[in-house]
Amino acid sequence: MMSELALSPGLILILGGLLIPFASARQRLGLLLGLPALTLGAVWWLPDGSLLTLPFLDYVLEPVRSTAEGRLFATVFSIMAFAGGLYAHRQASRTELSAAFVYAGSAIGVTFAGDLLTLFVFWEIMALGSTVVVWSAGGVSAYRAGLRYLLVHLLGGVVLMVGIVAQVVETGSLAFQAMQPDSLATQLILIGFLVNAGAPPLSAWIADAYPEASPSGTVFLSAFTTKTAVFTLLVGFPGADVLIPIGLYMVFYGIIYALLENDMRRILAYSIVNQVGFMVVAIGIGTPMALNGAAAHAFAHIIYKALLLMSAGSVLLMTGKRKCTDLGGLFQSMPITAINGIIGALAISAFPFTSGFISKSLETQAAADQGLLWVWMLLVAASAGVFLHAGIKFPWFVFFQKDSGMRPPDPPTNLRNAMWLFSFLCIALGLYPQPLYAILPYPVDYQPYTIEHLVTQLQLLLFAGFAFFVMLKQMRRTLTISLDFDWFYRKFFKEIGKEFTGRTSAARAAQEQRMLGKAQRLIDNLYVHHGPRGVLARSWPLGSMVIWVAALLGFSLLLYYL
Amino acid sequence: MSLLDHFPVLVVLLPLMAAPLCVLIDRPRLAWALSLAVSWLSLAVAASLLFQVLGSGPISYRLGGWPPPWGIEYRIDLLSAYVLLIVSAIAAVVMVFAYHSVAAEIAADRIARFYAALLLVLAGLLGIVATGDAFNVFVFLEISSLASYAVISMGRDRRALHAAFQYLVMGTIGATFILIGIGFLYMMTGTLNMQDLADRLPAVSDTRTVRVGFAFLTVGIGLKLALFPLHLWLPNAYAYAPSAVTAFLAATATKVAVYVLLRFLLEIFGADFSLRAMPLDLILILLGLAGALSASLVAVFQEDIKRMLAYSSVAQIGYMVLGIGLASPTGISAAMLHLFNHALMKGALFLALGAVAYRIGSVALRDLAGLGRRMPWSMAAIVLGGLSLIGVPPTAGFVSKWYLVLGSLEQGLWPVALLILLGSLLAVVYIWKLVETAYFKEPQTAPVAVREAPLSMLIPVWILVAANLYFGLHTEISVGVARQSTVQLLGVAG
Repeated sequence: MMSELALSPGLILILGGLLIPFASARQRLGLLLGLPALTLGAVWWLPDGSLLTLPFLDYVLEPVRSTAEGRLFATVFSIMAFAGGLYAHRQASRTELSAAFVYAGSAIGVTFAGDLLTLFVFWEIMALGSTVVVWSAGGVSAYRAGLRYLLVHLLGGVVLMVGIVAQVVETGSLAFQAMQPDSLATQLILIGFLVNAGAPPLSAWIADAYPEASPSGTVFLSAFTTKTAVFTLLVGFPGADVLIPIGLYMVFYGIIYALLENDMRRILAYSIVNQVGFMVVAIGIGTPMALNGAAAHAFAHIIYKALLLMSAGSVLLMTGKRKCTDLGGLFQSMPITAINGIIGALAISAFPFTSGFISKSLETQAAADQGLLWVWMLLVAASAGVFLHAGIKFPWFVFFQKDSGMRPPDPPTNLRNAMWLFSFLCIALGLYPQPLYAILPYPVDYQPYTIEHLVTQLQLLLFAGFAFFVMLKQMRRTLTISLDFDWFYRKFFKEIGKEFTGRTSAARAAQEQRMLGKAQRLIDNLYVHHGPRGVLARSWPLGSMVIWVAALLGFSLLLYYL
Repeated sequence: MSLLDHFPVLVVLLPLMAAPLCVLIDRPRLAWALSLAVSWLSLAVAASLLFQVLGSGPISYRLGGWPPPWGIEYRIDLLSAYVLLIVSAIAAVVMVFAYHSVAAEIAADRIARFYAALLLVLAGLLGIVATGDAFNVFVFLEISSLASYAVISMGRDRRALHAAFQYLVMGTIGATFILIGIGFLYMMTGTLNMQDLADRLPAVSDTRTVRVGFAFLTVGIGLKLALFPLHLWLPNAYAYAPSAVTAFLAATATKVAVYVLLRFLLEIFGADFSLRAMPLDLILILLGLAGALSASLVAVFQEDIKRMLAYSSVAQIGYMVLGIGLASPTGISAAMLHLFNHALMKGALFLALGAVAYRIGSVALRDLAGLGRRMPWSMAAIVLGGLSLIGVPPTAGFVSKWYLVLGSLEQGLWPVALLILLGSLLAVVYIWKLVETAYFKEPQTAPVAVREAPLSMLIPVWILVAANLYFGLHTEISVGVARQSTVQLLGVAG
């Protein structure tokens, strides 16, 4: 036991974040870089175990419980807050920075929560903080998307809260520990967690809200909510079988929608669902190897997904365009952004010598070790899909493809530095995975760099990229000959692509309109009865009031006689 | 007998005697000072009573030395000591606040009489709680009600008169129903002492007379506590009354009505009769839920913040009634806790709103735009009070919501638990509307120099806000008292 002074490391970022609006420009940079560093120090300074117990009602709260899993996630969250702060500090508004730090701090608070109530409190702060991050992009679409985002999360919060109370009724304990979804209580808790992970049927909020945030806001958003959910699943429901199909659904949902999408940041947002799907499957498998894999993958994923979104955010910031069809050829004038984007793309595709390679393979290997043939095959197939949608599609359409004619310069220094930092981490972890393996929750007995693994992975990537690479060759040649084939992909595919994006976005818009219309009608209906002049809200004449009294008296008499 | 022995009656007598004095003095400042002194003295007496009860069990005081059931008995058990403390504490805090607020809202020549009436409300409410005699409950109910019609009618808005009149009619019907109910009980048992009633009623509980009495009592009390759909008098009364009155009544009057309901249902009739033999538990759960959800929805659409909070009070009363309807120890403790916590949060909210009204002279939502920066302390208090209203940990509101959900889950009422939390979501919506307007919207008109409210307003507001936070973290006192009184009321078995 430590002294009573142990406080959750997350509070550093939360309280510090609230100071940001009051700081001068120079102090702000100090806060943005100093607070995460301080948090990281605190995360590693706290010894293992429950460091603070508070009696509350009949239960015991453990607001600060230090565990291997928690420390791992808190570490990457601190690093993320640091790089995000660096990336955002000149461009983002004060509100956004402040909210983003509160958001990051509450995510760290969750990783140190030893009881469900503490977890819930930080969970809800996280929802509010992230909503403000979305809103601070400004504009109507960001406001609407933020509102939808908030609704989903508040609803998830209600389910979680009911689950927590039910769990207390059943077990009499608030402790946050491994559970099985075998009672209604734990099932509700699981649903509450899964809502934040982006599980079906509520997967759409990620791709709906994240791309509406500002360039830096999306970077923050991509890291915390879903990965905190992965953390809670990892601690709360390791080995819950139901997670395997859920995760697989997410994996393919992400791939399919990302392939159809045209907005570059929305592609990457769908790719978050896909990647979190991998982790959810691994948690469902539940062996030490699989759990290690999920944790390592989350760690690596936060870094390379943030890197990809930083790269996309830089493009958006410099061009103001977000659709793949409007972009292209930016490699010539934005080489640094392009290189960093490509490094991120390689990492997410698990290219050898990147962080994706050394983390993701733990998961597929775990599936193979458990003899889950189908799961293994699907995961491997999905890895190819990841390469297609995130590894090739994003950099290809943004930085190469046709020349859009735009020649924007690379983004300002602070954005470049943040990208370099994360590129460095992607490659450093790939080359030298031991430090990451050392902090995983279970001892690691795995060597990623075997000939067999290297060859399989390269083969996989080669085959996945086959279509694309073949097309690249064809393209250069078809400029002169083979008109039919030229038409086939230059016209036909392009038309199909256009048609797809057109249709899907039209369908999206129509769907959105319909939902909005429904919501509006519901609100109108409610307004008719509950609005200031509605029957339930207006001032009643005395006679009608008295009728109610008489009615209730008569009714009671009737009931009491029966 | 030492003075200490007279405390049970002294707590009522102090404000009752001070009221005519106020009229005689007829000087605004002196009247205020007297009311302030008296309310704080009452608070001290109530606190001492609570300690006595905690130390040595219920106190029985014979008025004029006549032994019950012939004389009137004042009986202070844990629940009544607890409610006495809440009411007198809110009164003490509101009196501090009232000085500036009342001076701004009420004509100078009426102020002394205003304080006299306010003291009578206080005396009536304290009397209802302190007495152990059923008829005495009615007498004090009338004292407090008549005085509250008077103070409500003194609101600045001319609609206050109409609101007070409506309240008068409805309140009188309620009081009459209660009187009829008590009459029926007297007819069957020949006693008015609550304990005697409790002893003699079971023998005659199957008679029609008792059942009709029960119906009149429940409907009458339902009117006084603004049980949905008998709440229609409340929004206007709260919206147009002077700020200090709204805060005081919202935090105490309906709470005392809930106390009366608990007293009659659980002690006089007994839980077995009122909640198990009669289908009242179902009625209370249904009406409580309907009130909580419907009134919250109405609050969402309100443009006048005082009305919004008034409807939110109806919703909160719904939660309390729901807790009683659960008819389990947890549910009833939850109702008592919410009674206490709601007094804290609504007191804080209406006082903070009174501070806003004092500075900007309006409580319309649109006039709040940009106020977050110009009245930071008042608005921060509204936000914190709002968080407590929603039930966000670590505020007091969370503790009572927690027990309410716990209580409904214990009975296996899943849908009820979900609806309670959905009601909280609605509270999020209407509190958010306040926050959004105050912090994110620019004022429409050119900024008039609006300053923060004076300290004599901010201190009472923040005392209540601090209490909201304190009782959210330190639950031993509130939860302990609620549980012990539940056990006392339900008998050993509870």
